Amino acid sequence: MSDVAAEVCDLRMRYGTTDVLHGIDFEIRTGEVVALLGPNGAGKTTTIEILEGFRARSAGRVTVLGADPEHAGEQWRARLGVVLQSWRDHAKWRVSELLRHLGSYYARYATAEISRPWDTAELIDLVGLTAQADRRIASLSGGQRRRLDVAIGIVGRPELLFLDEPTSGFDPMARREFHELVHRLTDREQATVLLTTHDLAEAEKLADRVLILAGGRIVADGSPDELALRMSAQAEVRWTVDGQRYVHPTDEATAFTRKLFAQYGEAVEDLEVRRANLEDTYLALVEEYEK
Amino acid sequence: MNATSVVRLGLARGGLELRHAFTYLPDLLVGLFIPLIQILVLLLMRGHHVPGTTFSLGSLTLPSIIGVSFAFGGMIGVAAQLMTDREDGTLLRAKATPSGMSAYVLGKITVSSATTLMGLVITLILGLAAFPGVSLTAGGFATLAWVAVLGLLATIPLGITLGSLIPNPRFFALVMLPFGGLVALSGIFYPITHLAGWLQGIGQVFPMYWLGLGMRAALLPSGLASVEIDGSWRLPYVFLALTLWAVLGLAAAPPVLRRMARRESGSRVAARRERAMLRPT
Repeated sequence: MSDVAAEVCDLRMRYGTTDVLHGIDFEIRTGEVVALLGPNGAGKTTTIEILEGFRARSAGRVTVLGADPEHAGEQWRARLGVVLQSWRDHAKWRVSELLRHLGSYYARYATAEISRPWDTAELIDLVGLTAQADRRIASLSGGQRRRLDVAIGIVGRPELLFLDEPTSGFDPMARREFHELVHRLTDREQATVLLTTHDLAEAEKLADRVLILAGGRIVADGSPDELALRMSAQAEVRWTVDGQRYVHPTDEATAFTRKLFAQYGEAVEDLEVRRANLEDTYLALVEEYEK
Repeated sequence: MNATSVVRLGLARGGLELRHAFTYLPDLLVGLFIPLIQILVLLLMRGHHVPGTTFSLGSLTLPSIIGVSFAFGGMIGVAAQLMTDREDGTLLRAKATPSGMSAYVLGKITVSSATTLMGLVITLILGLAAFPGVSLTAGGFATLAWVAVLGLLATIPLGITLGSLIPNPRFFALVMLPFGGLVALSGIFYPITHLAGWLQGIGQVFPMYWLGLGMRAALLPSGLASVEIDGSWRLPYVFLALTLWAVLGLAAAPPVLRRMARRESGSRVAARRERAMLRPT
């Protein structure tokens, strides 16, 4: 397998007269979990659909698992996993029945390194649906349904998995369970994952690398820590003197704090220096773009 | 993937869907509703006579109803399922799976052929048992067989084409209304010869008339051909008309379906879902 799972060069997309993507470049290395972040309408879903081969691009070069998604065949399709938003399909089918059936499509594509498909019972256990295995899909809760979607997405043991806003509409409990599932997947299977989200905490938790897409351009590309550091010049110092609470944003937190002690000494209480996190970086970048 | 394994996947899919059709109560009730109404109507018509004869109107209508059930199951049924499956993401799922679209279509053909043929057998048994004059000779059986096969070929591809072309289930009435009109024009409940000449002409364009005529030829005594156009079952024309529709459907369905499938994506399914939720109920 090559080191690069997907490569995008100067990708452009235009609907009618509106440009949605203005030439974006990035690559996804094998084994990496990459989060595509951005406000609504930034072009996240368009980008992921182009990579999945569901949408034809206007211009640019896209290579996914060594092939152009627009012209790739069933063999290529068998190496991808897709989990999209809002599935409601196969409501009458039973969980294990559907997974076994869809798995059978992949049997022909097993290789010496990758056995396909996933064993049904094992897969159901992995996504925590053993108790629901013989239930009709229509009777599953939202969170269970989503885990089934993931199971379907990975039933063929994909080399590259796409997750499009996988946790939108989840309660915190379901979200945590889902994150654990993705961790299990990436740890055990060394799967390469591209996920879109507008949940920053989620990106921070799951992704090795974050791409921020705003207004059809990649405005940042780096690990969550790197991106947070980019803004770390900006920090916020909070303290209390004589019961009075103060907040001061500064570029030089250390120097400021030293001055603070020099001035007030022991009277400084509840001192807190807060460096920017991914969320601050994200908001700053998006704000900058929107100006 | 080679063709045989795709066929195997399609048949497996059809088999599973068929099982759901018989074990999922809401579907079963809907599925049984129309046949029960048909049987009721037929039983009520038993006492009436075909004009100018002493033959039961119910017995004349029973084979025609079989013809309608082919048009209904093959065309309307398949079109409706295609639309539902596009709405709920089943088609997109098929698209995301290797060879998924081919297996999906084969599965649909399997289900719709099987349910239509089951309907045929049940109505036939009912007809032979309770409707005087309905009978199945060796020659009749041969006619029944080829009309049935051609009937499936003439209707299912049309259903796939229609289901792919109609962008939104809200437009489904646009199919159902003409369908109802066609039943009236196709000599199903009353001999077509009692319609005005130009209406007979319209009726004879569509496969439903020919399906009914073929089924009547297979199951009714030859004397009854007297109430048909030209006083004949016109089997060569039945063959010709159904073959023509089959060729037309088989030529149109694959490109139309491919075009529709190519345009499917997650955001389209999501957008439709949003529209559906905004729709007043």
